[in-house]
Order: sequence, then structure tokens, then C-alpha cells
Amino acid sequence: MLKPQNEMKLILKSHSVNEGFARVAVSAFAAQIDMTLEELSDIKTAVSEAVTNSIVHGYGRKIGNIYITCGIYDNNLIRIKIRDNGCGIEDIKKAMEPMYSSLGGDRAGLGFSVMECFTDKLKVYSKPGKGTSVILEKRVSIKC
Amino acid sequence: MPLTVKKQGEKLVASIRGDIDHHSALALRNAIDEAISRFRSKTLVLDFSEVTFMDSSGVGLVLGRYRNICAYGGELELRGLSLRHMKIMKLSGIEKIAKIKGGEENVKAAK
Ligand SMILES: Nc1ncnc2c1ncn2[C@@H]1O[C@H](COP(=O)(O)OP(=O)(O)O)[C@@H](O)[C@H]1O
Ligand SMILES: [Mg+2]
Repeated sequence: MLKPQNEMKLILKSHSVNEGFARVAVSAFAAQIDMTLEELSDIKTAVSEAVTNSIVHGYGRKIGNIYITCGIYDNNLIRIKIRDNGCGIEDIKKAMEPMYSSLGGDRAGLGFSVMECFTDKLKVYSKPGKGTSVILEKRVSIKC
Repeated sequence: MPLTVKKQGEKLVASIRGDIDHHSALALRNAIDEAISRFRSKTLVLDFSEVTFMDSSGVGLVLGRYRNICAYGGELELRGLSLRHMKIMKLSGIEKIAKIKGGEENVKAAK
């Protein structure tokens, strides 16, 4: 990966109240590239899913750090990395299946599907007991 | 609470305002469930027209309430979904179990 033209890093505690802050902070930074409101909402939604997963699944009842990096690259490419040092994912392929959730309750099991739907590229790296990194990439068009 | 609950004839209408994410969904869930058990209406209507943001937690919120009202034979109706929110809802196939009103064009556009 080439060097970003611009980059921001954010460290957050995994309190659920930070979900809103995280998506708004990333979208405010990304908005320095001219893009449509739809594209900005796509970014917000995907970030919300990844951050929520770190909070709900990665750390669960514990509170830990969530590390967010957002880089802006040539040709309007936005790359966002969301990392936690939580429990990690045993079977990534299964975790990414639509409607799969390891938690009951009101989890729809659609977080990864939404991330895929609203970005151009989604990569997930995880090690059980170590943590999870999610990388989201989106190339946005210049607003006309 | 960013929620207004009203009886409209046979229907219980819950209108949600603001952002629906995992954080806000908990309070919404409790308030809607409380209204469901208080009114026991045949139809539960969830109105999204004033929702400013929604991720998959919104789908979980809907599916969970659907399970609740199913327990006594209730029916679910969704209103005011934007194209974006419809697209997210449809990832779960919700249109097969709930009636979706207003923005029929969105139902089709979200395939
Ligand atoms: N950061 C994470 N740490 C640990 N497990 C995760 C993480 N993100 C996702 N998962 C696993 O992947 C599954 C699917 O995630 P997702 O599609 O967002 O659905 P949901 O959050 O509704 O369960 C989760 O149920 C969980 O088991
Ligand atoms: Mg999720």
C-alpha cells in the first residue's frame, strides 16, 4: 500500500456510547474529499458495524481500546482500519456468512453483509485470544 | 426517549426518531416491548420516517419485535423506510414477513 496523502488515528474505549462518535469522526475526516452524501453515509454505516462488533463481540463485558485509522489515498481511495485486542474470531468464513451471529438477542448477523454492501473491499484478520482487524476500502467519486 | 407510541384504530404505531445503532437500540427495544405488552394490538407498525441513521442493529430491533408479536399472532408493518434503510432491511428478507408501506418504489429499487 502506498503512503496516504492524509491520515488520522483515533483510540476509543469500547463503551457503546462511542459508536456514534466513531462513525461521525471518521466521516468528518473523510468528508475532506468531495463525495456524495450517499457515499458519506455508506462510510458511516460500515464504520458503525465494525466498531459495534469490537464493542459487542471483541470485548463483550470488558472495556478495551478500539484503534481506528483512516487514510486518504490517490484517486479518492479511503481506507479505514478498525482494530481491537478482543477475543478474536475462530472461524472468519462462518462469521461472515449473512445472518450468522454467535450472540442471541437482537443481533441480526448482518454486520459483515452491511460492510460488504456499502464498501468496495472488506478484509478481516483475526486471531483467537488476540483480536480482530477489519479493513474497509471505498473509492468515492468526485461530486458533480 | 426518541420514540412516540400511538394507537391508531387496531394498530399500535411506534415512530422512531434519530439514530438506530446498537447503543440506542436497547432503550428503543425496551420501550417498544413495553408498549406491545400494554396494548396487545393485532398490528404493530414501526415508522422509520424520522430515522436519521440506521445500521444492522435496526434489523435486529425489527426481527426481535417480530418474534415478540408472533407469540400472540400479531402482524408487523414497516413505514417510512428510506431507500438506504430499505436496502439494509432487505438483507434479512424482512419483506417476506412484514408488510412494507409507503415508499413501495423503494422496496423495488432496493431489489
Ligand atoms: N471484532 C470482533 N471480535 C470478535 N468476534 C467478532 C468480531 N466481529 C465479528 N465477530 C463475530 O462475527 C459474527 C458476525 O458478525 P456480524 O455480521 O456483525 O453479526 P452480529 O454482530 O449481528 O453478530 C459475530 O456474531 C461474532 O461472532
Ligand atoms: Mg455486528
